[in-house]
Amino acid sequence: MTLSTTVLLLIVLAPLAGAVVAGLFRNLIGRAASAGVTIVGVAVSCALSLLVFYQLVWGGATTYNQNIYTWFEVGPISAHIGFLVDRLTAMMMAVVTFVSLMVHIYTIGYMADDKGFSRFFSHIALFTFSMLMLVMSNNFLQLFVGWELVGLVSYLLIGFWFDRPSAVYASLKAFIVNRVGDFGFILGIAGALYWFGSLDYASVFAAAKAPDAANRTVEIFAGHPWSVATIVCLCLFVGAMGKSAQAPLHVWLPDSMEGPTPISALIHAATMVTAGIFMVARMSPLYELSETALSFVLFIGATTALFTGLIGIVQNDIKRVVAYSTLSQLGYMTVALGVSAYAGGVYHLMTHAFFKALLFLGAGSVIIAMHHDQDMRRMGGLAKYMPITCITMWLGSLALVAAPGFSGFYSKDAIIEAVAESHRAFAGYAWFCVMAGVFVTSLYSFRLLYMTFHGKERFVVEHGGHGHGHHHHEPGHLEHPPRESPWVVTVPLMLLAIPSVVIGWSTVGPALFGGWFGDSIQVLPRNDVLGELAHSFHGPLAAVLHGFTQAPFWIALAGFVVATWIWLYRPAIADHAAKALRPLYNMLVNKYWVDDLYRVLFIGGGQALGRGLWKAGDTAVIDGAIDGSSALVDRTAGVVRWVQSGYLYHYAFAMILGLILLLGGLWWTLAHAVA
Amino acid sequence: MTFPLISFYVFAAITTLAALAVITVRSPVHAALCLVLTFFSAACTWLLADAEFLAIVLVLVYVGAVMVLFLFVVMMLDVDIDPLREGFIKALPVGLLVAVVMLVEMLTLIGVRALQLPAPGDPALAAGMSNTQWLAMALFSQYLLPFEIAALILTVAIVAAIPLTLRRRQGVRMQDPARQVRVQPGERLRIVKMVAEKPAPQPETSSP
Amino acid sequence: MITLAHYLTLGAVLFCIAVAGIFINRKNVIILLMSIELMLLAVNTNFIAFSRFLGDVSGQVFVFFILTVAAAESAIGLAILVVLFRNRATINVTRIDDLKG
Repeated sequence: MTLSTTVLLLIVLAPLAGAVVAGLFRNLIGRAASAGVTIVGVAVSCALSLLVFYQLVWGGATTYNQNIYTWFEVGPISAHIGFLVDRLTAMMMAVVTFVSLMVHIYTIGYMADDKGFSRFFSHIALFTFSMLMLVMSNNFLQLFVGWELVGLVSYLLIGFWFDRPSAVYASLKAFIVNRVGDFGFILGIAGALYWFGSLDYASVFAAAKAPDAANRTVEIFAGHPWSVATIVCLCLFVGAMGKSAQAPLHVWLPDSMEGPTPISALIHAATMVTAGIFMVARMSPLYELSETALSFVLFIGATTALFTGLIGIVQNDIKRVVAYSTLSQLGYMTVALGVSAYAGGVYHLMTHAFFKALLFLGAGSVIIAMHHDQDMRRMGGLAKYMPITCITMWLGSLALVAAPGFSGFYSKDAIIEAVAESHRAFAGYAWFCVMAGVFVTSLYSFRLLYMTFHGKERFVVEHGGHGHGHHHHEPGHLEHPPRESPWVVTVPLMLLAIPSVVIGWSTVGPALFGGWFGDSIQVLPRNDVLGELAHSFHGPLAAVLHGFTQAPFWIALAGFVVATWIWLYRPAIADHAAKALRPLYNMLVNKYWVDDLYRVLFIGGGQALGRGLWKAGDTAVIDGAIDGSSALVDRTAGVVRWVQSGYLYHYAFAMILGLILLLGGLWWTLAHAVA
Repeated sequence: MTFPLISFYVFAAITTLAALAVITVRSPVHAALCLVLTFFSAACTWLLADAEFLAIVLVLVYVGAVMVLFLFVVMMLDVDIDPLREGFIKALPVGLLVAVVMLVEMLTLIGVRALQLPAPGDPALAAGMSNTQWLAMALFSQYLLPFEIAALILTVAIVAAIPLTLRRRQGVRMQDPARQVRVQPGERLRIVKMVAEKPAPQPETSSP
Repeated sequence: MITLAHYLTLGAVLFCIAVAGIFINRKNVIILLMSIELMLLAVNTNFIAFSRFLGDVSGQVFVFFILTVAAAESAIGLAILVVLFRNRATINVTRIDDLKG
């Protein structure tokens, strides 16, 4: 049985149709219809994606790989729009459309009062289309197009409130940092095309299977033969670093929280930022050729996993805590890729998509209740006002900290054990990072929960006094007590909480150890750490019981205890610790001064370069040349204009003089010819 | 020294002298008359070269038409001569120098050897026809299109000369026949409806 | 015996007189026009002579056309002269320098 092309096209085009209708005719059809049409489009897409997923997993459908449309052909190179749908793709499609649908519904509540309501729906539907194009692509070019499209929509949505300078700045930052990554990415694509001779995945992977593929070298600098596979993989990974916000290109993701919260959930937690992870997993046949590239991936991932998580501990903005948590979890996924446990990375991608979307939407729910105040220092004790949000956030956090039995437990535990099994360079460093990361994750997760939902109420409810319509509150002053959010907000939370809790149970066995991804992910036998782990895997329940005896659980528990002690019972300790460890605290608050470094190095350097070029190149050379030439013409003309006397006889004289000279020349020539 | 050669020298001398007079005499009218003489004697030298038709055309067209036009213009324009003669003496050396240099160059190029070249027989006679016929045969066959174009150019010149010199004077009372023909009766006559009778004047109440 | 050189010399002399005329009568536009007619006459004489001595009718045909165009030229030239005099009340070339750079 094969998949239907019509169904696949419908999956992609339904959100696009919604986006176009809501985008172009939003003034015509109104707010409700804009939301309706995009939700219907995404719902259709989601239902069909689940159908495709079902057919592939249980229906016995074979992998679908066809070109739908030929874009252009240049010599032997042809660019197609085509779909490659296997289990990896189907899983991504299901996750993307499901989370997108939840976010669409949630947005009705979150953006209810926003004047950009219809525009927002149009953009997120467009995002869904772009992301589907990215994951369903069967060639590098379409991958790149989707890659850029999601980047564009991300830019548009981070800068959604374009009247806020900070949002505009953040959107620009995200766009520019992604350009850095995309530069590497497009170099990688060019390298794959140049050395493997095709843009199609299938052809490239077939070429990569050739016996000598790993040994092909190229001398970019004479005398230094470099492995082709390493160059291509490193370049592609630079693209993934940009898109998936790995250090040192992570700086854009925290600032992207300037965008509306549904966007943070959909784009900057669940889907777009995981595109890099997905891409590397998809390229596993290439990455398996290069030990060097995988070690680099491992190092970057481990660094990101630990050090961005540390920043999360000192953040006070509720969304930024979750954002740094996302960075850290992306680091975990990258670590999994680095130790060749691609399935583990992708699996964590999936579980993370659910619980991180849940956490973001929960944070958004809190923000609604606090009238768009995001500072946790002015929250506390919200549990009794908004129980559904509180419970779902707790569930999400438990999944995040890998409490045994929750979905995050299976994925994260597999990654940690895979790292322990691996013998790759930096594996030891990575193991330390992920273990320390478990503690850090636990610390900031429970800190967030305690500061938000428990402890003393640090906001003031003002009764009366202010009339309605008076919107300029003092920070932390509310007109009425916080309320639970409407059903359009809480229903997605609950729907997301279900997979966050249970999806690990049903899927961990086949996905990680059962070869469920089939040929989508290819691992060399000597790198197959997950295969090693499979020997000790005896079902999800046994894994839970085993988990209680393992170090990560006790480390997470330690984090929980510390967090409970500090932020629930002795908040003063945090301040004391901040004072006592002033240098460390400053370093974290300033995010390791990476932003400042970039500002000095790139922005300052760019400005200095620009100023230099302006003064030296533009003003002196170009303006000088132009002004100089015009001045030269002016002066020459000033002299020459005296020739144009306007007197007829002057011109006649000039003509006759010319005639005399001509005759003289003729005479001279003839005289010489005769001689 | 044959008779044609003597004639040529005589006509050439007259041509040269008359041309010199054209550029030196004070009055433009005299200059124009001298130019007529130049053309006449030049036409005679052309006759000596068996170009009868063109010699006659030169006389007819230039002397008969162009020079008359010149004379008309010169006489019609009330030209004050004196300022125009200013600098005549000053420019004389330069003009002479240029002319002499040029003449020397040209004569050198012509070369004395060419003087010894004997004249062949009249080509028109050799072809068995008169000069006019000989020219016409070429003009109306091989050069027909240029001939037509030349006719067109002449027509255009006439047409162009008229609007150039045409002058509309302001404030001159003259008839415009075109407007007279176009006129409508309604523009000329307005019929006003009014009461046919006037009420009789009231008799004075108090009579003297 | 009249030779080609006789005619060519006559043409050269006429041409140089015309050039001299342009120089020494540089203010009088009428004499300038006359000098140009003299130049054309010199050129025509050369054409006639060449036609006669080379036995080629083209020379005479050319003279014919030159006469035609010269007639047209002088008609237009004089017309312009009349208009010029009407507008400027002078034919002094030294006063006609609107094209001065």
